[in-house]
Amino acid sequence: MELDPLLLSRIQFAFVVSFHAIFPVFTIGLASYIAVLHGLFYKTANPAWERLAVFWTKVFAVVFGMGVVSGIVMSFQFGTNWSNFAQASANFLGPMLSYEVVTAFFLEAGFLGVLLFGRGKVPQGVHLFAAIMVAVGTFISAFWILAANSWMQTPAGVELIDGRFHVVDWSEAIFNPSFSYRFSHKVLASFLTGGFVVAGVSAWYLLQKRDVEANKKALSMCLWLLLVLAPAQAVVGDFHGLNTLEHQPTKVAAMEGNWETSSHVPLLLFAIPDQANQTNAVEIGIPSLASIILRHDPEGVVPGLTEVAPEEQPPVWLVFWSFRVMVGLGLLMILVAVAGLWLRRGGRLYEHRGFLQLLRLMSVTPFVAVLAGWFVTETGRAPWLVYGLMNQAEALTPSLTGGMALFTLIGYAAVYAVVFWAGVYYLTRVVRQGMQDGEEIQGEVERPMRPLSASHTPFDDGPGSAAPGTQH
Amino acid sequence: MGGIDLAIIWAVIIGFGVIMYVLMDGFDLGLGILFPFAPDEAARDVMMNSVAPVWDGNETWLVLGGAGLLGAFPLVYSVFLPALYIGVFLLLAGLIFRGVAFEFRFKSRANRHWWNRAFCWGSAVAAFAQGAVVGAYIQGFAVEDFVYVGGPLDWLTPFSVLTGFGLMAGYALLGATWLIMKSEGHVQAWAYRITPTLLALVLAVFLIISLWTPFVNPDVWERWFGHIQLIWLFPVLALGCAVLIYQAVRSRREGLPFVATVGLYIFTYLGLVVSKWPVIVPPNYTIWDASSAPESQLFLLIGVLFVIPIVLTYTAWTYWVFRGKVKVGEGYH
Repeated sequence: MELDPLLLSRIQFAFVVSFHAIFPVFTIGLASYIAVLHGLFYKTANPAWERLAVFWTKVFAVVFGMGVVSGIVMSFQFGTNWSNFAQASANFLGPMLSYEVVTAFFLEAGFLGVLLFGRGKVPQGVHLFAAIMVAVGTFISAFWILAANSWMQTPAGVELIDGRFHVVDWSEAIFNPSFSYRFSHKVLASFLTGGFVVAGVSAWYLLQKRDVEANKKALSMCLWLLLVLAPAQAVVGDFHGLNTLEHQPTKVAAMEGNWETSSHVPLLLFAIPDQANQTNAVEIGIPSLASIILRHDPEGVVPGLTEVAPEEQPPVWLVFWSFRVMVGLGLLMILVAVAGLWLRRGGRLYEHRGFLQLLRLMSVTPFVAVLAGWFVTETGRAPWLVYGLMNQAEALTPSLTGGMALFTLIGYAAVYAVVFWAGVYYLTRVVRQGMQDGEEIQGEVERPMRPLSASHTPFDDGPGSAAPGTQH
Repeated sequence: MGGIDLAIIWAVIIGFGVIMYVLMDGFDLGLGILFPFAPDEAARDVMMNSVAPVWDGNETWLVLGGAGLLGAFPLVYSVFLPALYIGVFLLLAGLIFRGVAFEFRFKSRANRHWWNRAFCWGSAVAAFAQGAVVGAYIQGFAVEDFVYVGGPLDWLTPFSVLTGFGLMAGYALLGATWLIMKSEGHVQAWAYRITPTLLALVLAVFLIISLWTPFVNPDVWERWFGHIQLIWLFPVLALGCAVLIYQAVRSRREGLPFVATVGLYIFTYLGLVVSKWPVIVPPNYTIWDASSAPESQLFLLIGVLFVIPIVLTYTAWTYWVFRGKVKVGEGYH
């Protein structure tokens, strides 16, 4: 069987970028939460806020470390598998990705060290400032990455000369037509992720009656936040969709599973897209609702997939179903947030075991929703890499063979499996160990500079690991 | 640009980043390579503790180099990475394993031997891959019309295998002399003992590579045996450093062996640079051919010039804070 380097490279990129994406989406939200906790502690001097801040900073350190490790691979993928794309788009993409690295450098150089290890060593106000700067830094990192991604979706501000993009207007290229929508959508997704993870872990502690006071505070705070953000995300997502309709109509057609351009297009709840015959094998939908959502009018005309040739269509089933997973989980999040509000009456929120169990389970849903969302936007762009200007086949490294791509795909999967196992295993130990009281926190000895050193939980139960400090 | 050649500025920045990376990650990779030969587990603890506060700062230079190349010299990025495809994977896999091992070894008791292995193998593979990159760079790449057209394993030749093992030996030497500076007692005694052997190994490889290189690449022959005699200064200075290392170890100096090894690296590196300058993608493309558009180089330069002094200050501060000896049975307190 002939191995297709294009398909294998797409799978490889999807794999490494999906693996990487789950870490920053969590750390962006968590960094802001930690900054808020530090701010509350600074203002109220209530030690519960500090306990929460110290605990979540430990989790942040581990996840941040895993994000950095998986990010190193990302910075080489464009060259190894997509060298024609790298060569063509370097004038814009190179500065964007480099600025992301520069931002991360700056962050790590200055403020991360102070946040992780400065407790008790720098004035409280400086510590708070460092926490805020780390949170700001995560946004700036996201800014550059999403500017690069959005430009690939809705390219602007460049001129194509001899097969290479030259930037004619930096602000047009950076603030390209889909950037602000994508950035808002991503930031809200990060907050939702942070919110649901913190809520889930707090619920788990409450079920076990551990650190009840602090975890009640954390849970209550998260649910207020989610009550606002989950519906807000639906609104932002809708605007993002309308922006996509304007600039990438084929992607929207795939999301809706709509083959023919027409009015009174139904909103499909279930369908089995049949790309070979350019139709849906089965479909169940609500009449005219897609027209109403996208055009705010039942008479509204929604573009169909057949506007472009079959070879210029994305893999419809993948876009269609990823979109449904994302929206379905988003609606579930709104329901859970509203249920939380309802349970506040009579203080049942912290006692209702079923709801607390549900929150535990919900902590994985934002990650699934975020990945599904990326699948919609990335596979929905296919076969284009730079929309309308450069397709995936043109972008591929010419010397790449299927065997090479398969070798590294298996290799990265193996490496990441080990890293992911070690990381998740270790995170569960950190969470099991839970929050420590003030004396334990003070007694810890630091080996600064490395994110993971912020956590002192032992990796295994081997001899010696139970006694704190033996590794020093 | 009013006479300012951005390509040259960027070549200096990238060149500086490469040597910073080689020197700084070099000694911690070297300690990983020496790991299985350490006299005991206590010595391994000292070795790891001596680099624990600085190693990840060292690796950030690699990430900046990768992203900076895409921004400033995209041709290097889009030729080297496809040509070295398998090697790049091995390098990254090695670095990831040792990075994870670094963190979890400290927190682990029962599984510690596994993390020891991951640390050693990760370091060794990463060092070999980097050395092979140097060899492949000296050999040159099959490029037509700005696109790599060679095969997946063109880089893997007897010559690049030699440079791969050569850099492993070189990093081990850096690691050993670093350890002389940072340790005492039986750990330091061991480091003193192995340094002359490693130095002999490095010089042997150095000699073979120097004799072989002009045959691998005729342009290099022309450069060295043409009319610019001044460049012979670099190998002479490098040999001077080698003698200094030997003398310093014999007289049991503590800091000098490491400083002289750094000198050996810098002069060898400069010798390599002048062999090729201004070619950056051998055999044919110069730094100007490989450059991105001037407006892109300028846009990026602003940020990089802002951040490099900060990173250097921070790096110097870290090394200052963690100066002094690492004792058996303790980490940094």
